[in-house]
Amino acid sequence: EVSHPSTSTSEWTLDYPPFFAWFECALSHVAKYFDPKMLVIENLNYTSRATILFQRFSVIFTDILFVYAVRECCRCVNGKRAAKDVLEKPTFILAVLLLWNFGLLIVDHIHFQYNGFLFGLMLLSVARLCQKRYLEGALLFAVLLHFKHIYIYVAPAYGIYLLRSYCFTANNADGSLKWRSFSMLHVTLLGLIVCLVSALSLGPFIVLGQLPQVISRLFPFKRGLCHAYWAPNFWALYNAMDKALTIFGLKCNFLDPTKIPKASMTGGLVQEFQHTVLPGVTPLATLICTFISILPSVFCLWFKPQGPRGFLQCLVLCALSSFMFGWHVHEKAILLAILPLSLLSVQRAKDAGIYLLLTTIGHFSLFPLLFTPPELPIKILLMLLFTVYSFSSLNSLFR
Amino acid sequence: MEKWSLMTITVLLALTVRWTVSLGSYSGAGKPPMYGDYEAQRHWQEVTYNLPIRQWYFNTSDNNLLYWGLDYPPLTAYHSFVCAYIAKLINPDWIALHTSRGYESQPHKLFMRTTVFVADLLVYIPAVIVYCFSLKETSTKKKVSSALCILLYPGLILIDHGHFQYNSVSLGLALWGVLYLSYDWDLLGSAAFCLALNYKQMELYHSLPFFCYLLGKCFKKGLKGKGLVLLTKIAGTVVVSFAVCWLPFCTDMEQIMQVLRRLFPIDRGLFEDKVANIWCSLSVLIKIKNIISPQTQLKLSFALTFLSLLPTCIKLTVQPSLRGFKFALVSCALSFFLFSFQVHEKSILLVSIPVCLIINEIPFMATWFLLVSTFSMLPLLLKDGLLLAYAVTTLAFLSVCAASFSIFEKTSAEDLQLKPFSLSLKGYVSWFKSFPKIVRCLFLLSVTLMGVLSLMSAAVHPPQRLPDLFPLSVSVISCLHFLLFLVYFNVVILWDSKNSRSQRKIS
Repeated sequence: EVSHPSTSTSEWTLDYPPFFAWFECALSHVAKYFDPKMLVIENLNYTSRATILFQRFSVIFTDILFVYAVRECCRCVNGKRAAKDVLEKPTFILAVLLLWNFGLLIVDHIHFQYNGFLFGLMLLSVARLCQKRYLEGALLFAVLLHFKHIYIYVAPAYGIYLLRSYCFTANNADGSLKWRSFSMLHVTLLGLIVCLVSALSLGPFIVLGQLPQVISRLFPFKRGLCHAYWAPNFWALYNAMDKALTIFGLKCNFLDPTKIPKASMTGGLVQEFQHTVLPGVTPLATLICTFISILPSVFCLWFKPQGPRGFLQCLVLCALSSFMFGWHVHEKAILLAILPLSLLSVQRAKDAGIYLLLTTIGHFSLFPLLFTPPELPIKILLMLLFTVYSFSSLNSLFR
Repeated sequence: MEKWSLMTITVLLALTVRWTVSLGSYSGAGKPPMYGDYEAQRHWQEVTYNLPIRQWYFNTSDNNLLYWGLDYPPLTAYHSFVCAYIAKLINPDWIALHTSRGYESQPHKLFMRTTVFVADLLVYIPAVIVYCFSLKETSTKKKVSSALCILLYPGLILIDHGHFQYNSVSLGLALWGVLYLSYDWDLLGSAAFCLALNYKQMELYHSLPFFCYLLGKCFKKGLKGKGLVLLTKIAGTVVVSFAVCWLPFCTDMEQIMQVLRRLFPIDRGLFEDKVANIWCSLSVLIKIKNIISPQTQLKLSFALTFLSLLPTCIKLTVQPSLRGFKFALVSCALSFFLFSFQVHEKSILLVSIPVCLIINEIPFMATWFLLVSTFSMLPLLLKDGLLLAYAVTTLAFLSVCAASFSIFEKTSAEDLQLKPFSLSLKGYVSWFKSFPKIVRCLFLLSVTLMGVLSLMSAAVHPPQRLPDLFPLSVSVISCLHFLLFLVYFNVVILWDSKNSRSQRKIS
């Protein structure tokens, strides 16, 4: 269905950038061969066997891009030890860790989203940057941003890295910045790419005068500090603390019961909520917190660039910081940190240790996404599969 | 990676595939008035829980034998009773006498699927793991690959977790029997096999190899001394096992006779529905049912069955070896499947599981056979709405086998265990040089044919005049494959140790 952004025909109206809308439009043209009824706007919550088959196959089909990206990433990885056995090669382990990633599997193929090919785009842009094909990497990331704007979480890493390693083409002997090596050509090329992609995506809407509406759909600040199911970030702890203090305050009669709002934050509805004891949190406050938390990693990337590895580390940290302090974060956003970290985990033992911790906890935090009884064994079995494999393979790699 | 982590991953993968197939449709879903095997199992829970043992196998006012009457031996009944007990704790409506007929709901489906899953996990899967670990002269990688391929065999997964049955219990018990025998724990092995036999009477297909192997062992030990002792001990174990299982029915001769009548429905005819055996395939050309009387049909099928398995059994009795025993399990079960009375298409599982046991000795032929066996059940799977599960599990199985055993490179006469046979034929036939290539071509042809027929069965409507065209083609093609496999397995067994013994003397 392609609906006009400003009409509210259902609760699930488009809230992704224009490229994703075009993607869904392309899908709809194929969908009509499966079951035309799913394309009628009034048919909300329509399901039929053909619809389900089509949707599932479309996710599987678009995952081809993800598979290609994983292949490119594996080519960038070179393990220290060349193992004879295929099962112990770093490239094989990386491929399995990415392709069989539990989080991606359940979010894409069970819960249903199209993250596979989006992560494919991101991993492909990372691979291109590792291969020093900077312009391609920048182009891919720009396109990705216009598919799903959640990737803005990692945009600082890209921006600083490209600025430092591409726009300034050389370093001094001691590794510090050589200001004279600033290349105007590179900067213009980068700027051109970004502007072109943005024009392609937002252009039609600017012409139609709908840009404010698009922006308000993309950044729905009215949705509240936390998503319906709390993402396990700092604000979840903040809210929990607030609730605890409220109960404590009520018990000790510090607070007046009539002044406390009744709506629950953990309910399934997405709505704004006010804190009772602790100070309220505005979008600006979250932005400042996020900005402060990414400063150390960004500084490191600027002053001591270590090539692609430093870039990846900064990327993971940006993703994690934005996850921790962002406004209305989804729990699925943890995948933004887990997937790039896989690339680092097969290269150094220390990174492998951090990866195992992050991935196990991160995947466990995704459990509430699947809540029906038939899915319970599946999520437990898949989680065990991935955990056992990641622990034993990384263990054997860095024995 | 370490053995245990690899095996754990294999088991987890197998369990995941089983549960995902469980989410699909089952036999007779939403099809009143008779429904299917799923309803049969639920009905047995109802009958065994609510009625006293004396009435389980009899036609009474409370127990209408025409509506899915019990036709498996007592252990199945006891198993149903245990499941019913648990069902009663969760929701008594599921097994309420008379009123729960045709009961279908999402929680009930979850419960039934869980019972199959747990039975599989407790009996069959441990047997496979222990079996693979006990394989001699194989690397860890080969052991884990064997376990993975055996556990991913589509036929058993689709029938047990899709169509809905409990084959994994009887097959698992038989597998434990084989395991115990491989460690020379003959009494435990006999006991395990008797339990398997008392779970499903189709295990009789495996009984002759067990009998001949143990008899051969006794003969080898000398009938005057240790052999006789062993024979009596085994006989005693068998009698005791049977007595324990049939204890509640031993009060009355009539009880035992009625149970036997339910287990062996001789008046049902030579074959039912489309099944990939000789009688069904021959009936395309000649209507056997009309030419020969039922009594003669019975005698003819018994005669042919025993004739075809006689050579193998004699060889096994004279030269009992574990390898011969495993191959004999395959060929005897296959003979029974092809020539016996009232064979169901699901009985091919009784051949497939022994083939799984020898998958590390003849990976190529084993994979081929297992693919054909799954294909032969296609009409049944289509009826149950399991097409997607069938396609995915079969493709996965083929890929895993091809990758683990690199089967396409191992198609020479030696790899197919046909070296002794080819040596004795060398004088007569000279085409053995291109044997690997021919075999590979045949395999690809066969797989393509099966693939095309599967697609057509699923997507195309049969012509008006021949409504059973596709199921019949599937049966006939599978039958031809099975006949060739029967010849192959018999050749391997009969040409076996004579040459290998002489080869060992030479080397």
